[in-house]
Amino acid sequence: MKRIMLMALALVGMCVLAVQGVSAQTYTISVNQFVEHPALDAVLKGFQDYLKDNNIEVKYNVHNAQANMGTATQIAQQMIGEQPDLLMAIATPSAQAVAQANAKAPENMKRPYLFTAVTDPVAAGLVKDIEHPGGLTTGVSDLLPLDKHIEMVTTYMPNLKKLGILYNAGEANSKANVAGIKELGGKMGFEVVEATAAKTADVYQAAKSLIGRVDAVFIPTDNTIISALESVLKIGIQNKMPIFCADTDSVERGAIAAMGFDYYKHGYQTGAVAQRILGGEKPADIPVEFQKDLQLHINKKASAQMGVTPPEELLQKATKIYE
Amino acid sequence: MTIYAALGAVEQGLVYGIMVIGVYLTFRILDFPDLTVDGSLPLGASISAVAITSGMNPYLSLLLAVAGGFLAGMVTAVLNTKFKILHLLASILTMIALYSINIRIMSGPNVALLGADTVFDPVIAMGVPSQYAGILVFGFFAVLVLSFIVWFLGTELGQAVLATGDNPQMITSLGVNTHTIIILGVGMSNALVALSGALVAQNQGAADVGMGIGTIIAGLASVIIGETVFGCRTILRAFVAALLGSVLYRLVIAMALGVEFGSFKFNPSDLNLITALLVICALITPNIKKRLIER
Repeated sequence: MKRIMLMALALVGMCVLAVQGVSAQTYTISVNQFVEHPALDAVLKGFQDYLKDNNIEVKYNVHNAQANMGTATQIAQQMIGEQPDLLMAIATPSAQAVAQANAKAPENMKRPYLFTAVTDPVAAGLVKDIEHPGGLTTGVSDLLPLDKHIEMVTTYMPNLKKLGILYNAGEANSKANVAGIKELGGKMGFEVVEATAAKTADVYQAAKSLIGRVDAVFIPTDNTIISALESVLKIGIQNKMPIFCADTDSVERGAIAAMGFDYYKHGYQTGAVAQRILGGEKPADIPVEFQKDLQLHINKKASAQMGVTPPEELLQKATKIYE
Repeated sequence: MTIYAALGAVEQGLVYGIMVIGVYLTFRILDFPDLTVDGSLPLGASISAVAITSGMNPYLSLLLAVAGGFLAGMVTAVLNTKFKILHLLASILTMIALYSINIRIMSGPNVALLGADTVFDPVIAMGVPSQYAGILVFGFFAVLVLSFIVWFLGTELGQAVLATGDNPQMITSLGVNTHTIIILGVGMSNALVALSGALVAQNQGAADVGMGIGTIIAGLASVIIGETVFGCRTILRAFVAALLGSVLYRLVIAMALGVEFGSFKFNPSDLNLITALLVICALITPNIKKRLIER
């Protein structure tokens, strides 16, 4: 028993709690981000920038689950304990953990809750209805405008017969997107060839398996593939296999082009919803939003390396061109 | 650390503690390092989630999960004993196979359980506030599992399991088939891990194919923390220590989430580092204490 007491004392000693010295104008927001990765980091940055640009004083408790579901659940409970003005979760697993913790909390501890970077909030069980979320939850979905993405690819490659899709079958977001692209393929007359990688170390091999079997490769907003994008790009350059992405950050890294999913803007848009909730609106009355602004980013150097020329009509529409 | 976060940590510690008891059974008792658990935890979760969403009673779904976990463990043990594949490799093979199998079971990577029936409903219906229901249910299951394992290891069959880990030559000479014992032991271990996974899924509101990542790491860390801090002289004490080790491990994470020194704040990305450092402190403290006393 003595040993246990000693342990407890030592641990408590290590944990110095912060003093909460905040004025009435300052809001607290607790964030549960599932994993560090450029797109999700950009969401958080955009979110914080919106609130800063609109002169809303916020004290953040940012937590990162480092891709561990158990930790995400614990963070969710920690956040309820922090009793912030707003709970926020980035990416599906974190969003589900926070939703559950909020549902379990006693009535007087439940907080308004905003999720972001979730592709299918209804299938994830976060809201019953996109238009009328009800309860304490609303959010912003990153469902891809797939038709626009695929239209961009077919403008680049009018003779597209086989489109490779590289994704992780373990990601709920990607599965929803791949189903959508297959449906479009049926309508527009191209065949979809899938290659999956369960972890970043498998991405190189999965990309290699597509060589010679497809005219081009499209990568949806898939956490695993995007984390190991460079290995895919290398194969694309070596084999003249054009690689298109769904998020604009990847174009700067060397993908040919993306029809605009800018995660920074996604976060910025989420910030606007947060402002409404902090201003007193009920989440129940705020419909789940989808990405508003789309941007076209083109990488000319990557296009040349992978053996395609950007069509003039796309170059004119592009908001950003990397030479 | 707020009270609420501490309660959450205890709750997580108890539910993952069932997994840790399973890991102790293979890792320490059978001397069989088993990585199957990274796959059998989400296996239990997916079986239970699919069963519940198709209308089954949440408690019955646990039985299915346990059966699934037992089968997964048996596969690993059969590969090892009957086909002479090294235990580590056999368990890795089962683990990676389970990744695909789990996606098949759920027909996708994630099944949401938010708002579905769970094992907590009857407890909440009895008037227990929902934030305590988890601790109560998990505590009940953890104690149940603990008592069962301790009782089992006292039976003749259980003694054979203990002996198989300690001295396989001796137990073979007594006419016991060690292969059968290993298959049974690894099966039981994974059955517990799957039970833990099923309860975790019902608690966090979703089964996800990625939820098993890092299970064995948490399991081993908890086992060793428990042994170091609480000792392992008898079977009962060793298993209680494993369970408490799990609770302590989760408390450490909760602490790491709240660490702040005045105006200096850690980055959210430092979480794993802080957790590791706190665990190191927990592990070396008894050692240092002993040396001080010896002086």
